[in-house]
Amino acid sequence: MDFFIQLFTDPVGFYNQHELLIAQIGINAILAISLFVTFYSGQLTLANAGFMAIGAYTTVILSLYLPTPLPVNMLIGVLLAGLVGVIVGLPVLRLRGVFLAIATIGFVEALRLGVILNVPITGEGQGLKNPTADPLGGIVPILISLPVLAYLAWRLTRTRLGQAWAAIREDELAASSNGINVPLYKMIAFVIGAVIAGYAGALETHINFFVDPGEYGVARTIQILTFAVVGGTTNVFGPVVGAVFLTALPEIVRQFASYRDVVNGIILILVIIFRPQGIVGRGGLALIRPRWLPAGRSARERPASAH
Amino acid sequence: MAQQLLNAIFIGSIYALFAVGYTLVFGVLDVLNLAHSAVFMLGAVITYSLVALHGVPFLPAAVIAVLVCGLLGLLIEFVALRPLRRRNAPPISALISTIGLALIFVAIVEQATPSSFFHWLWQDGANSVRFPSNAVPNPTFHVLGLTIEGTKLLILITTVVLMLVLGYVIRFTQLGRALRAVAENRRAATLLGIQVDRIFASTLFLSSALGGLAGLLFGLAISDISPYIGRDQVELKGLAVIVLGGMGSIPGAVLGGYLLGMIEVLAFVRFGSNIEAGVAFAALFLVLVLRPQGLFGARLRERL
Repeated sequence: MDFFIQLFTDPVGFYNQHELLIAQIGINAILAISLFVTFYSGQLTLANAGFMAIGAYTTVILSLYLPTPLPVNMLIGVLLAGLVGVIVGLPVLRLRGVFLAIATIGFVEALRLGVILNVPITGEGQGLKNPTADPLGGIVPILISLPVLAYLAWRLTRTRLGQAWAAIREDELAASSNGINVPLYKMIAFVIGAVIAGYAGALETHINFFVDPGEYGVARTIQILTFAVVGGTTNVFGPVVGAVFLTALPEIVRQFASYRDVVNGIILILVIIFRPQGIVGRGGLALIRPRWLPAGRSARERPASAH
Repeated sequence: MAQQLLNAIFIGSIYALFAVGYTLVFGVLDVLNLAHSAVFMLGAVITYSLVALHGVPFLPAAVIAVLVCGLLGLLIEFVALRPLRRRNAPPISALISTIGLALIFVAIVEQATPSSFFHWLWQDGANSVRFPSNAVPNPTFHVLGLTIEGTKLLILITTVVLMLVLGYVIRFTQLGRALRAVAENRRAATLLGIQVDRIFASTLFLSSALGGLAGLLFGLAISDISPYIGRDQVELKGLAVIVLGGMGSIPGAVLGGYLLGMIEVLAFVRFGSNIEAGVAFAALFLVLVLRPQGLFGARLRERL
């Protein structure tokens, strides 16, 4: 309760006291947006943590060895994440559903265990110290980037591109028979997701003094997925709300802070069962009909609304 | 080198045992049960707590742990899968809800301390513990210059026997026929009078019991026990195994398990331990991209 009282009565004090939390919320929200973009086009890809790692490591390595200014280093990191996105996307995006999810998990772990832990320049298992880390200054670009990215993603879903994604999500075959270049649009979504994730990774190195390979495993991607699913993926605000809600929750309910994964798990299951559209999103609760109850109106309507 | 290959067979047995449960659920329900690795971990944790905290002898402890894991399978079915089937939700939803259960299982063990609510289950928080060495006799055999520990031999024997039993059950019993029918075509099976929901529940029970058994054998003979053994050691490797063998194929999962064991050992011998860890995922990635039906292809395409 104190959390909210302070938020409204003393916003400056609140900001000063919770700077790192706010920065983490911002990063998580940006990551959730990166997952949203591919999810919106109907693809469950779990490669975000890998692209994050590329953005983060590239930025820090360049800062360590080259005199180039930080924004340039970040830009290179982001572009590299996008490039790897194209290279990985070409073979992987032919897969669908569960297989796509598994392949992208394979990419994340192969990158982390096979490359990052074996190439000396990444500091291997030790990680890297970030020479340009600036926890308090780093928060500003995060707070600016989040609304900008959310706005851009929201605009994007309203363009022809976004409509094509929605069409592919609803029915891939119908979309392609209507002249939509399905592989191209899937690739665009995947690469945009990769770029945003790489950017989030680069931003995150600002607020941490350290790049730790353990941060970029599948657990991270699952966390991002949780944000997006709990918030809802019908529009871009869902993932942002999900990220804010789930990141702030352990701070709000301190008693359960150490059980945060239990709470997250329960929320995730409740949402996916009773509110598949997420917290943000239209409609009420999805009701599950017990076997003894006769089929109601909504159940009879379902076959018609499936297409 | 021969010793390494022998170790590959032992770890391969664990992978096979774990992956068979994974693939069984995928074959019958068309769902990727990501809580399977948490059940694997609980198999080891429950056996450990019965033996080390409650003084139960190993064999009854193992039986109880396997049964409890089977019941956890029913929990997965009733909490995470059945409500979604009632709503005709897409298969991806089930994947996400089982992730939720996995988060809960792991976090409960991870947060358990001597003073917490779950102190009877686990007291070491996120730390790893070693299985009490006096709980099981562990004679060491020396054959042809190879060292074979009794507990590792136990893994191999258990796996081979169980795979034969499972193969028999699936080929020749009423339950097995029903399983195959449901895997082949859910609607047709319903029309033939098979109680599909009951088959799903049995599948989850069987799969999770196998997963728990794999976990307890792993904790007994291969590695220390911690809340993360499922997530870090077998979850993704299990995925690699069932992809190598072809999703939903039980013989494929067994062959894939031993194959992954071999690949890892060869990578370890050739390139060292750092590369070994990444090999499974590189293999997974390559097989999915180049040969999504699995390495063994059409001959094992028929499910189960």
